Amino acid sequence: MNLLNIILLFIGWSVFLVVAGLFVLGIERKIAARLQWRVGPPIWQNFTDVIKLSGKEILIPEKANKLVFIIAPFAAFLSALVSGVIIILSLLYGKIMPGDLILLIYLLTVPSLCLFLGASASGNILASVGASREIKLVLAYELPFIAAMILVIFKSGFSTSLYNIIKIQKETGINFLSVAGFLGFFIAFLGIIGKLGIVPFDIAEAETEIAGGVLVEYSGMLLGFYKMTRAILFIVLPVLLMVCFLGGFNGWVGLLKYIVIFVLLVLIKNTNPRVRIDQALRFYWGFTTIIIFISFLFLRV
Amino acid sequence: MKKVIVPLGPYHPLFEEPEFFELYCDGERVVDVEWHAGYNHRGIEKISESKHWDQVTFLVERICGICSNSHPMAYCNAVENLLGLDIPERAKYIRTIISEMERLHSHFLWVGLAGHFLGYNTVFMWAWKYREPLLDMFEVITGGRNNYSMIKIGGVRRDINDQQIEMLRKMLDGISSQLNMLTKVFLDDPVLQARLVNVGVLTKQDVKNYGAVGPVARASGVDIDIRRDNPYAAYNLVDWKVITRENGDVFDKAVVRLLEGFESVKIIRQCLDRIEHKKGEILAEVREIPAGEGIGRHEALRGEVFHYVRSDGSSSPVRHKIRAPSYVNVPTFKKSSIGQTISDVAIILAGVDPCYCCTERVAIYDANTKKSRDITWPEIVKKSQEKTEQLKKHG
Repeated sequence: MNLLNIILLFIGWSVFLVVAGLFVLGIERKIAARLQWRVGPPIWQNFTDVIKLSGKEILIPEKANKLVFIIAPFAAFLSALVSGVIIILSLLYGKIMPGDLILLIYLLTVPSLCLFLGASASGNILASVGASREIKLVLAYELPFIAAMILVIFKSGFSTSLYNIIKIQKETGINFLSVAGFLGFFIAFLGIIGKLGIVPFDIAEAETEIAGGVLVEYSGMLLGFYKMTRAILFIVLPVLLMVCFLGGFNGWVGLLKYIVIFVLLVLIKNTNPRVRIDQALRFYWGFTTIIIFISFLFLRV
Repeated sequence: MKKVIVPLGPYHPLFEEPEFFELYCDGERVVDVEWHAGYNHRGIEKISESKHWDQVTFLVERICGICSNSHPMAYCNAVENLLGLDIPERAKYIRTIISEMERLHSHFLWVGLAGHFLGYNTVFMWAWKYREPLLDMFEVITGGRNNYSMIKIGGVRRDINDQQIEMLRKMLDGISSQLNMLTKVFLDDPVLQARLVNVGVLTKQDVKNYGAVGPVARASGVDIDIRRDNPYAAYNLVDWKVITRENGDVFDKAVVRLLEGFESVKIIRQCLDRIEHKKGEILAEVREIPAGEGIGRHEALRGEVFHYVRSDGSSSPVRHKIRAPSYVNVPTFKKSSIGQTISDVAIILAGVDPCYCCTERVAIYDANTKKSRDITWPEIVKKSQEKTEQLKKHG
């Protein structure tokens, strides 16, 4: 594969990820609307939003650290894209990349860190409250999430490549059906709710408390990049969960698995109020972490 | 220690109306609160002095979009108190029905907003959906969904016929089952409990110190309700009870409001039974308002609303004083939110069910010296005279 091919591959899958992500978010908005007795926006509404945002003026606050403020959304977007493409490479092209699960854990933390950096750089008081909440939330959910990922690595005979993780699940049955794998799936699922920043863990944005928090100063395409980042994560995180616990993304069955996780996310989003940051921290470091450590005891069962 | 000021307002997704709260924060914890009013003042008391007695009823209706029956009710109580007038019995029942329907729709609205402030948008939409039949019923009975124009000095403007009574009964059946469901949601949801219980506690003493009224006071165990303590309309003719709770946190305020909804349904049902298949006067004739003064009180959705009128025998009031419940309820915020986190402050403020357009007073804020003061009565008169002079000069 020469360089040109690689670049074309990356761009092609990036476009696919953005389009699919925005489409999925559109469906999410539609389902939420129907749950709430509303008609809801058309499914392509998110595309319209992003296209509209691309034509809007980008306002940069006077007090902001301009470089960090502008770079943060791009970095978030790129890291989400790269993590998506890595998953696709090992799922569809059968590439064996040792350690790509560890790389993914890092890359998937970057969007949250970028939100934190961009918000801190914006010089707005509401954004800085949001930023402090965001970083606390990152600390909260990363512990059980990474523990769940380590559980997967243990389960797969200390393999850290996604391809091998899927292969081993094909030979010995999917992780979800074992006790440790079931608990691990449950915990990792709670982790991705935090990572996606949806209710009940949309604490960093909290529209009715701090008016959008981390995003309060962002406008125009910079906001658009954050929106697209979130859209990509809505594809990448459930698929990562499927790779680690449900035996990968294979054809129509894979799509069905994705839909189940997606519906669970939407249901949780629409049947819960937002929690406080201290409650989120207590939830992730208390109950969730205890469960994941208990699940390590069942590793050989 | 350097304190950070987190602004809530003047324009903020939390509020439907412009209002400005400065939260002095140490991290997430709120250590002090400053309240700046005056973004929404319309000078209703002054306008009412230039209107006819009958017109004022419809003027005060526009003080607030939610209490659009409460203010006319209190105003008419005040004028009837001045007249020493006893209104016809049928009018009393109709007034009670309209007031209680308004209470129901406002409490539904509050439950929805409380859900919205907590990020629970499903409750928000469902509660507002359940409120719809009430608004439709208002339209059938009074002709307006939000401004009913139902109360007149001496009685009510329209009668309720038997067909409408049937429709009302049907609507109430639906409403009570939906209210049941919402109450269960609030009482049983563990995450809601985690957010609401022991948040923004007001003790009995706090309530008395601030003079708080309505559901805010009743949630703290202060057993006050104008409908029972100083009966007007048909409240002493029907059987109902005042709901009180002891803890005084936001959860109890929610519970008081939800349970009050059931009482309202009970009251409306009894009133409907009394006026069905009967005919009667709905309006006592009022010729002219003699000199004198009167006070009128009404238990509005958020607490006691107070109106005072003085007449010199002319066709409009000489003085009309209004005190809305939020005026005493919002300052309790200072007590209940200090020491809480920013997240909680949002819901604590919502727990009061604040209504700023009822509450607004003119305040003068000097941007250079950063000092604010209230405007006095002679100043308003002087300013309005100056404005009239200016208008006369320039056209």
